[in-house]
Amino acid sequence: MLRGPALWIVLLVVIAVAAAMPLWVSAYILGVLTVAWYFGVFAMSWDLLFGFAGEVNFGPTFLIGLGAYAAAMLDNALGPPIFVCVLAGGVVAMLGGLLLAVPALRLSGPYFGLITLVAVLLLQNAIVIFASITGGEIGMNVNDVLSIDANINYWIGLAFLVVCGAILFGLSRSAIGLILQASGQDKIEAAALGFNVTKHKLAAFCVSALFSGLAGAMLVFYQGTVSVDSVVDLSIAVQIIIAAVLGGRRTILGAAIGAACLILAGELLRPLGQLNTFVVAAVALAVILFFPDGLLGQLLRGRARA
Amino acid sequence: MSGALLQVEGLHKRFGGLVAVKNIGFDIRAGEILGLIGPNGSGKSTVMKLIMGIERPDQGAVRVAGTDVAGWPAHRIARAGVGIVFQHSRPLHRQTVLENIKLALLPDSLLRLAAGAHVEARAREIAERVGLERVLHRHPPTLPFPDLRRMELAKAIARDPQVVLVDEPFAGLTAAEVATFSALIASFREQGRAVLLVDHNVKGVAAVVDRVFAMYLGEPIAEGSASEVMANETVRRVYLGGTIETHARPELDKRGGPPLLDVRDVSVLYGKAQALQGVSLHVREQEFVSVVGLNGAGKTTLFNAISGLVPYTGTIAWGGEPLRSRGPGAIARAGIVQCPENRELFGSMSVQENLELGGQHLSPAERQGQLDWLLNLFPILRERQRQAAGTLSGGEQQMLAIARALMMKPRLLILDEPTLGLAPVILEQLSNALAELRRTTRITLLLGEQNVTFALPHADRVYVLEHARFVWEGDPARFAEEAGTGYL
Repeated sequence: MLRGPALWIVLLVVIAVAAAMPLWVSAYILGVLTVAWYFGVFAMSWDLLFGFAGEVNFGPTFLIGLGAYAAAMLDNALGPPIFVCVLAGGVVAMLGGLLLAVPALRLSGPYFGLITLVAVLLLQNAIVIFASITGGEIGMNVNDVLSIDANINYWIGLAFLVVCGAILFGLSRSAIGLILQASGQDKIEAAALGFNVTKHKLAAFCVSALFSGLAGAMLVFYQGTVSVDSVVDLSIAVQIIIAAVLGGRRTILGAAIGAACLILAGELLRPLGQLNTFVVAAVALAVILFFPDGLLGQLLRGRARA
Repeated sequence: MSGALLQVEGLHKRFGGLVAVKNIGFDIRAGEILGLIGPNGSGKSTVMKLIMGIERPDQGAVRVAGTDVAGWPAHRIARAGVGIVFQHSRPLHRQTVLENIKLALLPDSLLRLAAGAHVEARAREIAERVGLERVLHRHPPTLPFPDLRRMELAKAIARDPQVVLVDEPFAGLTAAEVATFSALIASFREQGRAVLLVDHNVKGVAAVVDRVFAMYLGEPIAEGSASEVMANETVRRVYLGGTIETHARPELDKRGGPPLLDVRDVSVLYGKAQALQGVSLHVREQEFVSVVGLNGAGKTTLFNAISGLVPYTGTIAWGGEPLRSRGPGAIARAGIVQCPENRELFGSMSVQENLELGGQHLSPAERQGQLDWLLNLFPILRERQRQAAGTLSGGEQQMLAIARALMMKPRLLILDEPTLGLAPVILEQLSNALAELRRTTRITLLLGEQNVTFALPHADRVYVLEHARFVWEGDPARFAEEAGTGYL
């Protein structure tokens, strides 16, 4: 299995290469990659919930949207430093997530997923209805941005991904990650071993919500605007889910790789016009059918067998 | 009684209209092993779930070392000192055996990110005790079946529970492995644990247990030593029935030519568990053949192999033609219709709609004729014609399932455990219906049962299935003296 020193060396090389990107790629590609890094955090947060706790959250954009809008509205209303807005976005997403998860986790089977789906639609409607403070369907601009330098924006995004990735990956490999995985796999057995399954799943949901909200808020201050189409719409949610599954369930890091691949593929295939989305969807479908463990999952499994 | 580690008193549990557990109570002292036995559907698994907190009792007390834990969530009962070895489990596939055992030792905390060093040492110690030391760093999917059972045992005792519940301790194990596991379970006695073994019959657990508690249809029927319970009149009646009048028609099997159904040397593997091992059986036109065996013996697997639902080795021929290359749909159209154990009715459709679905391929006139005949055979279904199938009682559902299978006009009807969880009065009605079928039609029947009383009276020949093999075959009249005792 890809573990121990080998894993760390590969990771460090990948990060070093990614950090050196601004030296040799165009500003346009850099911008695409910056967005990809934030999507990576979205997908990793989602994998913590799906891959480990075993709960399918069809509405990751509910949490992302809450974080993004909370941060943007706070910035426009009071104008505190950006990091305060971002933190506030994370906290609001977590609280919103808690409000959603406490009743939803009482339900079993597909109902949890359906509730998360409905939550996205509710948020979307709420934003449109309260257009006076949210900007409605048009969206709104924020007064502050992270930086006006594309390189610095890129590095901030990359650093954010690395830090979030380290925390989420560490958590997944910890004792808590093990308990969570057991709860997701067989909750009756986990309970019979003395674990409070609901407590652990709720905690996983909170962590997932916190990082989704933080990343959503960061994206707002990178782009300088926030709109339903960019952070709440269901098509974004679907992209995040595809990214995580593409990269490999229960790997955390695979989700980031999947997100980068998906966003880059979307850009590279842009000349195909309408066909673009079709090709990306077809590739994703093929991966899910033939490599259900995803790209990284397949790699890890291959090593484990060898 | 003081000194009992586990005290169960007046336990009751209903599921909707079904009373699954009624007034069950027993004590287990430290260092004592109690066998809880009962035929399939008797509610013994429910009792185990009620103790563990997986199901919540409607009434009654479950005291662990004096503390009443009835109604607590499972994780708190686990921490109060109860451990369970599940029959089926889903271990963590990406973690090693050692990590799986370590999981069971982790504290239920959101803040402790790393397991302490003592956890590692303790996990190794437990692994050694159950005989897993050679496979510590392997992943569960690569382990043989007995080692997986060992790992479940290790997880269950990791927290040093005072009370250990074991569901079907020896299912799927060979004789040698059974001896090893018996010794492991017996060692709980010296460790002062109270042990509850849940199994189908006394025979399976007799060698390990101190006492046996038998239940049937949710109620207690006997308690005492293994030999006392085996000699108990009620237990004998439940498992063997009283004196059974048999009406075999041996002349049917004496006819020449190929049999209608010919199963030869069929084996089935489920993952690593051997579900059927070199089984051969034949059924001639118009014969009623019973396959008798306890739950887990392999009856359903045999029927599923015949119906083309599971892959097998060996040959199954129908009217001289091998069935292997045909799919389940083609086999059903060829005239083999199975009425499965779980009935598989369409719960929200009415009785009549369920029956009409069964007769889809018939012409309207033929369908109506068949429907009329069946409603005469099962008069209760006529009264219930417009009622949704899901709202019928268990017995009525069973009759509907059989009637629906008969709507398909099978040449061979396979009935898998029709008596599962049914009250005696319903058994009699079903029994009458079978007698009627036998007298008035040319249908051939293959019946799978653990209820001998029900299986013998209409059988022309009987096969006894035990641990994936046929151990006896012959005339139903000779069953009681030749195969009966092995059956308790």
